[in-house]
Amino acid sequence: MRPEYLFYLLVFPGLLFTGTLGLVVGCVDRKVSARFQFRVGPPFLQNFNDFFKLLGKETIITKEAVASLFISAPFIAFSMIVLVSAMIGTAMFFGVSFGGDVIVVMYLLMLYSVMVILGGACTGNVYSSIGAGREIKLLLADELAFILVLLVPIVKSGYVLSLDGILAAQQDGLFIGSASGIIAFIVGILCIQAKMTLTPFDIPEAETEIVDGPFMEYSGPPLAFWKLSHLMMWVTFPFLLILLFWGGFNLSGLGILWAILKYLLIVVVMIIIKNTNPRVRIDTALNFFWKYATPLALIALILAVLGA
Amino acid sequence: MGWYNKRLAKSIWVFHVSASPCNNCDIEILDLLTPRYDLERFGIKLVGSIRHADVLLVSGIFNQKVGPRVQQIYQQAPKPCFVVGIGTCPASGCCFKDSYNISKNIKDIIPINLYIPGCPPKPENMIAGIVKLVEVLNA
Repeated sequence: MRPEYLFYLLVFPGLLFTGTLGLVVGCVDRKVSARFQFRVGPPFLQNFNDFFKLLGKETIITKEAVASLFISAPFIAFSMIVLVSAMIGTAMFFGVSFGGDVIVVMYLLMLYSVMVILGGACTGNVYSSIGAGREIKLLLADELAFILVLLVPIVKSGYVLSLDGILAAQQDGLFIGSASGIIAFIVGILCIQAKMTLTPFDIPEAETEIVDGPFMEYSGPPLAFWKLSHLMMWVTFPFLLILLFWGGFNLSGLGILWAILKYLLIVVVMIIIKNTNPRVRIDTALNFFWKYATPLALIALILAVLGA
Repeated sequence: MGWYNKRLAKSIWVFHVSASPCNNCDIEILDLLTPRYDLERFGIKLVGSIRHADVLLVSGIFNQKVGPRVQQIYQQAPKPCFVVGIGTCPASGCCFKDSYNISKNIKDIIPINLYIPGCPPKPENMIAGIVKLVEVLNA
């Protein structure tokens, strides 16, 4: 293994960068949400305070919980997100990638949900179990649409299964500019909303019905890492969409501004969807994804195969 | 622990425990958490699960049925954890102090760190109380 891979994983596109950016973007989310409700909102570095505060709290393991799984689930989920963001980041910033890493990204993102399900189901709490069950149903709802969305850039780049190959195929025309690309991009944003369990699809952790669902029994550092990996998804998923459809980032000269603008646009669209929609029921979410989002993604895929 | 206490003071997550109140204090607590007073300015957030809480807002007299349950809830909270007694009831029993069914020694049930008297206290009053807690943590 070459030493710079460790740097990629731990510092630049991986742990430190994604973590810091995730905490900052989480603050943007809370601030914009507050403005939607005519509030002032928290101070800008609030999420850092929350994170470090949780690190110092007591960790309680319930008597009914499977202790090993209960403790390891948040850290495994966290490492999944770190790995995915490092893979996406290296492909985007350094052009380092390996064949078939799109499939690995799909796997790792699904494993995060699996860890949420395992961690929630092993606590011995009824609400956590309900939350874990809902997470399974939500995974069934959005996974197919998400995979179809990821297939569109693969098809359009001439069946290339690596992230930097997809990026290279967009040198002569961004995928978002084509009919199939824009449809897949929009469905992709909706799938991300469900994968991150943001508000219209925050069914698994519905605060007012099942008190944070799978995360209810967590306290202290494990909870801090659940929160951190959730905030890091604010970076991972928009970066993935930008890489697959919007030609990645060009970090020279004014390209930096354009990169920040692209990223903030996706984030703000997600925050707007989050703040203007009430939570849907689980059957409504399933209906939405199986009746509308998946067929749309399938149409995009067929269009991509036909070359549109 | 000074650095950690400063972090804690900036991110207080509150959990609302109603220990047989007459409901007025609860209405005022709900008022406190509305956008008008916007407690998120101070990093204060209402959480639904006791495992996430840093501060318990306790309102009401503790009658004999609810006393042991409040104690159980306090034991379930991860430490460091503070208890704020909202209203005159936790402080002195208010007009219920001679009732046959109240717990005699609230101090034996949970240690209350801060009293915010008033029947019910206004939201401004509660904010002033919480700010006192924050000052103690920052000191």
